[in-house]
Amino acid sequence: MKLRIRHVSTFAFDAPVKRLVQSHRLSPTDTASQRIMAWNVDTGPASIGAAFRDGAGDWTQTVSLRGPLETFTVTVEGEVETQDQSGVLRGHREHVPPSAYLTSTRRTALTAELRGLAAEASEGTAPGRSLDRAHALCRAVHDAVAYVPGSTEAATTASEALEGGRGVCQDHAQVLIALAHACEIPARYVAGYLMSTEDSVGAEASHAWAELHVDGLGWVGFDAANACCPDARYVRLCSGYDAADGAPIRGVIDGAAEESLDVSVAVLRDGQSQSQSQG
Amino acid sequence: MLSRTASHLYWMARYIERAETTARLMQVGARNALLPDIGGGYRNDWEAILQASGSLEPFREKYGETKQRNLETFLFFDEENPASVRSCLARARENARVVRTALTSQTWDAMNSTFQELNQLHRTERSKLSLTDLAEWTSNACALARGSIEATQLRNDGFHFMGLGFTLERADNTARLLDVKYYVLLPSLTYVGSGLDQTQWVTLLRSMSAHRAFQWTYRGEITAARIAHFLILNRQFPRSLLTAVQGTCDNLDHLARGYQNPSEAQSAARRILAELAEARVEDIFDEGLHEFLTRFMRQNAGIAGIVQDTYLTGEPA
Amino acid sequence: MTQADPTYFNEMLNGSDVRAAYESLERWQAAMPADLRSLKQHEAEQLFRRVGITFAVYGEGGDPERLIPFDMFPRVFTAEEWRKLDRGIRQRAAALNAFLADVYDRGEILRAGRIPEHLVTHNEAFEKAVVGMRPSRNVWSHIVGIDLVRTGRDQFYVLEDNCRTPSGVSYMLQNREIMMRMFPQLFLENRIAPVDGYAAALKRTLVSVAPPKCDGTPNVVILTPGQFNSAYYEHSFLADLMGVELVEGQDLFVDGDFVWMKTTEGPQKVDVIYRRIDDAFLDPLCFRSDSMLGVPGLMNVYRSGGVSICSAPGAGVADDKAIYTFVPEMVRFYLGEAPVLENVPTWQCAKPDQCKYVIENLAELVVKEVHGSGGYGMLVGPKADKSQLEAFRAKIEARPENYIAQPTLALSTVPTFVDEGVAPRHVDLRPYCLVGEKIELVPGGLTRVALNEGSLVVNSSQGGGVKDTWVLAE
Repeated sequence: MKLRIRHVSTFAFDAPVKRLVQSHRLSPTDTASQRIMAWNVDTGPASIGAAFRDGAGDWTQTVSLRGPLETFTVTVEGEVETQDQSGVLRGHREHVPPSAYLTSTRRTALTAELRGLAAEASEGTAPGRSLDRAHALCRAVHDAVAYVPGSTEAATTASEALEGGRGVCQDHAQVLIALAHACEIPARYVAGYLMSTEDSVGAEASHAWAELHVDGLGWVGFDAANACCPDARYVRLCSGYDAADGAPIRGVIDGAAEESLDVSVAVLRDGQSQSQSQG
Repeated sequence: MLSRTASHLYWMARYIERAETTARLMQVGARNALLPDIGGGYRNDWEAILQASGSLEPFREKYGETKQRNLETFLFFDEENPASVRSCLARARENARVVRTALTSQTWDAMNSTFQELNQLHRTERSKLSLTDLAEWTSNACALARGSIEATQLRNDGFHFMGLGFTLERADNTARLLDVKYYVLLPSLTYVGSGLDQTQWVTLLRSMSAHRAFQWTYRGEITAARIAHFLILNRQFPRSLLTAVQGTCDNLDHLARGYQNPSEAQSAARRILAELAEARVEDIFDEGLHEFLTRFMRQNAGIAGIVQDTYLTGEPA
Repeated sequence: MTQADPTYFNEMLNGSDVRAAYESLERWQAAMPADLRSLKQHEAEQLFRRVGITFAVYGEGGDPERLIPFDMFPRVFTAEEWRKLDRGIRQRAAALNAFLADVYDRGEILRAGRIPEHLVTHNEAFEKAVVGMRPSRNVWSHIVGIDLVRTGRDQFYVLEDNCRTPSGVSYMLQNREIMMRMFPQLFLENRIAPVDGYAAALKRTLVSVAPPKCDGTPNVVILTPGQFNSAYYEHSFLADLMGVELVEGQDLFVDGDFVWMKTTEGPQKVDVIYRRIDDAFLDPLCFRSDSMLGVPGLMNVYRSGGVSICSAPGAGVADDKAIYTFVPEMVRFYLGEAPVLENVPTWQCAKPDQCKYVIENLAELVVKEVHGSGGYGMLVGPKADKSQLEAFRAKIEARPENYIAQPTLALSTVPTFVDEGVAPRHVDLRPYCLVGEKIELVPGGLTRVALNEGSLVVNSSQGGGVKDTWVLAE
């Protein structure tokens, strides 16, 4: 499937900012499930430098701009040819050993409730069959956390999301990571894009899901928000321990200003013309 | 040199100078309080003094009445008063501590031992400390710091940033002290030139350690015009505005030469210097002394602003 | 003075005779009247204060600027003793660096099964962000502080390794400076190898690891968390000795491919950063996003070869408690040599035969929880009563994998000035090994001494002091 993506992030500051520095992982990498036909990240007058491919295989670059600034816009546009690989990440070069992704963060820290849900969900699946177990965990997250936009915040932890029973794709991914850790399955956070269809959820801003390391297969994507594995509608950008570590844009500003972010994303099938956006 | 290092050196000097000014203000206030008021009783000049140091409001909130004991506490010891001698010297020492390696051991010793003595004073019973002693101690401490810098510091950019701190602050402080006298101390302008006025002018000169210097320089009657000339335009008097601005220019020239890069601050300072060099006291009185001083303080602060932007942020505009 | 407690090795004595290395010191101390001694002690303190080698303790009340007690009685190593230590320290520093280079690359030692993978990769100090990174010269830990204790004439043990930013070197330098100033005749009577080459060696080391993108003379800086850090004086002291800028995070910024320093002459490129702040605070865009101490974007510049960071982020995984046990294995694996310095023998209760030994010898051992710290959940066999021993025996049997055991070490003693004269006190040693283009080690280190009688705790927070450490020239 050929997807066209346009992703515009506009940062606005309520007071002029002296300097802005961001670390971007906004360039998807070729894998068996995605081939990048065209891609462009436009950062206006900012200087781009210090670029490299990190150990997890994600292209990273540094964007810096001296102020005074009141707004800053990043526009990502590109075309990707995708192929359904049933969620299995193939042809992605990386060096980080999977076992490193057993490490929890503040956002994915385990609690008795998360452990309980993991135990309940994996009941009846043999420990040797980690693929079955991963599917079971994904379904459990889908059932335990309802998709309700606006019900959680950027800093919400897996434990809080599970307790509230509501969340967005970021929360689904983090709860799933925590459950996987409870079963000693390496798991990580993945940010990317999803072409919305009638029955899919979570295409607000950019989408997120989890990857679990499954014996014999390697990394496999699980989108608990949609209770499925990523297919040809998905474009994978980058990964990390959790939503903060795996964010495509991490930035700081120099100056005492409040930052507001407006994001619009459109993922269209080639030839499709209607667009969706949400702030 | 690291901008932050330059900034610490610059502020160290400014705080030393400011501490001394506060001590001078204390002396003016104490002496004025001993003078009879023209309308009967004694004058209460303390409010004017506080206004000059920009701290009348905080003082009222904290202490209410302007009693001498409260004033001493407030102007000398009070850490909540940013202009108190203690606050200024503590900040000067803190700035020095951070950039200790940019200072000679003599300079650091001077700053550090001053601070230790200050703590000692703080623990001393108050009845054993006279206001004059405190003020004198402050002048001595500041002289020691200034002398150590002058005698031992390398004449590099750091030295000139300290120099700038001294001259910019001094220009501001002299203008402020003068403004207190002329504008605030007098209940109404009709008193200008009266007999009482004279004694207060003398007090002002004393507070600048300039009473005898004035007599040597002018050898005649004390008049408002002569005082103004002395404190503003006299090239011999070390605290005059002209001398201070000349110092600022010199320091900026040294920096520009060292960095082989002229600065905007140089032009701004030269403009003020040129104006002062040609000014006559009559022009200043025509403009209005207060108006003149206000304008001067703004211009002086303008130079400080450019120095900040050019050298102390590390990212010249 | 000459009484010898046979339990502890007294470094000055051979039986009841004073060793040759200590002869002149013994005469010196015996000839020193008590009033002169206290005068000198006072003088030393004044000097420390003046130079500013204090450590700051905030939030405890009292003067925040404290002195670590300085004991004037030096500790002496003979050239022969030092030769062995020198070899062992360099070897260990090399192995630790090889380990770091390996685990962030292919992880051969893990693949070979010599160290369990999860101990490394699933370790808080393991930084995913630098996997695949190859720092300049592939050096990860540029200043390796190795804590050593001595229990006999030829018996030294490594207590722990410090691969991140070991502190205390300013005391090593300053202790010597002060001794030379106060007692010059001692330095005429003894041929003592100098340590004052340390600053130059450190600078050489840092310059030698300039990043690939640096052309010309590398600009080296020390990055400090700021004046409120307890080791701030050391930071400024080293910066001054090396003639490099001491910067805080706010003095640096990232623009384009490089890190820049804000100076009075505008931005100036920085090539090598000797950082004295923890990984977590280095860069809010990579690690803790709430860090105000670091430089946003620094890690990206580092990873793309625009700047060198010493020690390399992630180096902490080599000095982790769980990894310590395997350092001799690293020496064998990477260098193909037998380790010169030994670890403190450690019994893993997870292994049944070792567990059996621990249970049988509980009263002589120190038992620690594998993941415990700060002395919690610890049993000191010789000081425990019967019921405590029994309780621990039960704990170990219930969860053997949770415990390790070590012998109670009989730390050596060195004569130390005390109120009554001179008495033996327990010591340890931290030498500072520099790793860059070459491995360099100045002859000496920081000797810490437990000033309280009988105490084995040398930490300054618990009554510890410092001594000048002499290595006699060949």
